[in-house]
Amino acid sequence: MGNITLENVAKRFGEVEVIPPLDLNIEDGEFVVFVGPSGCGKSTLLRLIAGLEDVSGGRILIDGQDATEASPAKRGLAMVFQSYALYPHMSVRKNIAFPMKMAGMPEDEQKRRIDAAATALNLTDYLDRRPGQLSGGQRQRVAIGRAIVREPSAFLFDEPLSNLDAALRVGMRLEISELHNRLKTTMIYVTHDQVEAMTMADKIVVLQAGRIEQVGSPMELYRNPRNVFVAGFIGSPKMNLLTGPTAAEFGAETIGIRPEHIGVSTESGKWKGRIGVSEHLGSDTFFYVEGTGIADAITVRADGEIDLYHGDDIWLTPQEDKLHRFGKDGNRI
Amino acid sequence: MATQRAHKAARLMISPSVILLLAWMIIPLGTTIYFSFLRYNILTPPPSWTGVENYTYFLTDPAFIPALVNTLVLVLGVLIITTVGGILLALLLNMDFWGQGIVRILVISPFFVMPTVSALVWKNMFMHPVNGLFAHLFRAVGLQPVDFLSTMPLLSIIIMVAWAWLPFATLILLTALQSLDSEQMEAAEMDGAGWLSRFIYLTLPHLTRSITVVVLIQTIFLLAVFAEIYVTTAGGPGYASTNIPFFIYNLSLKQFDAGMGAAGGVIAVIIANIVAFFLMRAVGKNLEL
Ligand SMILES: Nc1ncnc2c1ncn2[C@@H]1O[C@H](COP(=O)(O)OP(=O)(O)O)[C@@H](O)[C@H]1O
Ligand SMILES: [Mg+2]
Repeated sequence: MGNITLENVAKRFGEVEVIPPLDLNIEDGEFVVFVGPSGCGKSTLLRLIAGLEDVSGGRILIDGQDATEASPAKRGLAMVFQSYALYPHMSVRKNIAFPMKMAGMPEDEQKRRIDAAATALNLTDYLDRRPGQLSGGQRQRVAIGRAIVREPSAFLFDEPLSNLDAALRVGMRLEISELHNRLKTTMIYVTHDQVEAMTMADKIVVLQAGRIEQVGSPMELYRNPRNVFVAGFIGSPKMNLLTGPTAAEFGAETIGIRPEHIGVSTESGKWKGRIGVSEHLGSDTFFYVEGTGIADAITVRADGEIDLYHGDDIWLTPQEDKLHRFGKDGNRI
Repeated sequence: MATQRAHKAARLMISPSVILLLAWMIIPLGTTIYFSFLRYNILTPPPSWTGVENYTYFLTDPAFIPALVNTLVLVLGVLIITTVGGILLALLLNMDFWGQGIVRILVISPFFVMPTVSALVWKNMFMHPVNGLFAHLFRAVGLQPVDFLSTMPLLSIIIMVAWAWLPFATLILLTALQSLDSEQMEAAEMDGAGWLSRFIYLTLPHLTRSITVVVLIQTIFLLAVFAEIYVTTAGGPGYASTNIPFFIYNLSLKQFDAGMGAAGGVIAVIIANIVAFFLMRAVGKNLEL
């Protein structure tokens, strides 16, 4: 079981309110991603759930039990830290065994679980090395191994991939998703990278300045962003946000159109502009179109084989049914 | 500096300083060894060759063995007090509390007090059987004051020296503690490790290197403790607080016997090297990692 409920949970550091009171429910077995820009309070929220910080108000329920005052060890949660936080003078085996040793588990059970975790995480050959002798990805796996063996009711990850290089990050992302599919344990995953959020989450929680902007499945957030912030944050490349007369034309303060929802043509269209930067990725082509008179630059996605380059004239036509309209307060109309 | 050429150039460049340092060390050592084979009293020159007589005189003196034992007890005692006390103090000082800055400076300050001064303060203001603070305290609770320096001279000296060296140990260990990753501590907390387990499995291993440094550096200085003994017990009563440096001083320099002093110096160097050998065997492996 790993049902976690936050009721009116708030956090202040001295005078500064980092997290205004918020409610959140995390179902058993869900993969929940907290996403938001740096400094928005994601780590703080995770640490509140872990019990590493005291709440300034509200209650935290784990499996229906009030865990607000419970010590971190008593909550039955396991955390994977951004710095991995491995114990540097212990071998990989001892690192993984540490939580079981602290729990006073019998040696043979410890050994069984270490072997199982090592096999699952490809660490069998490294069990007797120290963390300092491992690569970043291997350290990450050890940290995950140390979390798995406890068989926690939920896993907490704080930006676990941000210290890895791009290729490794994609690989580890898959491994964590597979782990979730296999264990079916609740996972709460913190990241500032919306791609990680979109690819891994069952449920995304978008945070800004400690407030929850929107909660929903990746596609819900993609299709129906509740406000300008979520619209700009979810999706890659970012949604084009247009203001002024262009938006007024659609009866909105701001309109948003995703790069993939704009048609391109060399002959005719709604907006005319010139290609600034063109990025040919093979599968797709991204153009940053300037001189349209409606925004500094409009990002559009075109076919991978398209034969247009920097300096070429281009016509853009938004798909009107994919247009997002936002009012004065920034909320969706 | 990976290529052959760079290595050669580097060696050439540092050779003057290496040669100078070598001469700096070898010449006085050579002179000392030479003098140690001479009968050479400054009051009755000229010096004459006597062979190993100075050494036999030293090693057969009834005070030699007690002095050797006292030296080791002194070094060990101070090491134990300062490392254990240093760890505890560092743990305390590493916490957040009001007036942290001032308290830290206060804790460090004994290190800046000269040994003679601190010994005199201890002798006259704390341990004095009539006027000392301890005597007052003893009387206040109705006990007979103790004359520390005559009933437990070596222990008294150990306390004085430990007091002077505690700040050093604390300072080094505190800086090490401050570099302990807080996420590791939190991870251990989540792993269910209590306060004591975290100390044993994380803090202590993290501190081993600094503890080694503290032990090695202090040993060098503790083998040579002199001023504290000179101004308080003068090595007595009997040989109860005589250590090797004080023993050498008593036997040679007090008699203006340069030959004997040189022999004592050589013996001290040998003892220091033996201690260093065992010490490096015991803790040296902590230094590389
Ligand atoms: N221990 C602390 N004391 C004071 N302010 C803190 C502390 N920890 C975090 N903060 C502040 O809380 C805000 C949120 O921090 P954090 O949760 O780490 O953000 P994120 O993980 O989303 O980047 C930041 O503005 C940060 O400065
Ligand atoms: Mg963070």
